[in-house]
Amino acid sequence: MPSTVTLTLNGESRSFEGPAGGPLSVQGLLVLLELDMRKVAVELNEEIVPRSRYAETGLASGDSLEIVHFIGGG
Amino acid sequence: MDGAVAGDDTWTVAGRTFRSRLIVGTGRYKDLEETAAAIEASGAEIVTVAVRRVNLSDPKAPMLQDYVDPKKITYLPNTAGCFTAREAVRTLRLAREAGGWNLVKLEVLGPAPLLYPDMPGTFEAAKELIADGFEVMVYCADDPLAAVRLQEMGCVAIMPLGAPIGSGLGLQNPAMLTMIKENVTVPFVVDAGIGTASDAAIAMELGCDAVLLNSAIAHAKDPVVMAKAMKHAVQAGRLAHLAGRMPRRMGADPSSPLAGLIR
Repeated sequence: MPSTVTLTLNGESRSFEGPAGGPLSVQGLLVLLELDMRKVAVELNEEIVPRSRYAETGLASGDSLEIVHFIGGG
Repeated sequence: MDGAVAGDDTWTVAGRTFRSRLIVGTGRYKDLEETAAAIEASGAEIVTVAVRRVNLSDPKAPMLQDYVDPKKITYLPNTAGCFTAREAVRTLRLAREAGGWNLVKLEVLGPAPLLYPDMPGTFEAAKELIADGFEVMVYCADDPLAAVRLQEMGCVAIMPLGAPIGSGLGLQNPAMLTMIKENVTVPFVVDAGIGTASDAAIAMELGCDAVLLNSAIAHAKDPVVMAKAMKHAVQAGRLAHLAGRMPRRMGADPSSPLAGLIR
């Protein structure tokens, strides 16, 4: 049975259906969001998630994530 | 000073060697096409970039990397908009993860309208970042004691302001910049305050290793042409510095010989 997880993503509450086999991972979330993993960085509850651990890092309801990228700046 | 000498004139920060002494920001352009064209025209090899939340409602929106290739141009992530050491450190840790490199620009700012460097916050963040393996190019006040202390802490470049960020007022402190530079051995870069090409040339004539600017190009009526002007101004100022200017004198000293005048 897929389970629903409610996350705070970049300050906004969003709900996602987790995969049948287990918890939604950071990698799974980025795929759902259609983001290019090579161009973003992710912070989970104020801790950096290294790219190498996206697949193994599971998410649970109540988690807060920041997903950032580079933009123009001075 | 001929072209060959100028061509060999490089500078090195944190073990990375660059030919261009102009570092440009990538903010405040009309669009990413204009950003790319201006950077190209400037000849810059380092660009500053900001770290911000991804717009999750438009994940396929074009990104800076699609227009400015980080494999060809060194991205220098900044902490613009950070008003505390904690925000700055958190931002740069994310930047390191997004880009995979340690060379960063630290700025911890005081409140608007001056956005003046907050030096206690800057020291705090620099200490934490250096301990965490970052190579920190630091935006700072034009304070000779702060500059030396930041260098002793291990910052890899000292970058005092010439005037407030985005003010375009030009160097308000050339004498102080010169005096600070005397005691700095790591690269010394004027960051902020440049308004037009002559300002950049003056910074280089003072002996700065490089100039960092954004608004002077992005807010020019024609940013691409101004980018080109900045490229030449930085080169001209650098050559003038290497050449060594003539002494100033209070009074005339005619260039034409006085001998042989008709009577």
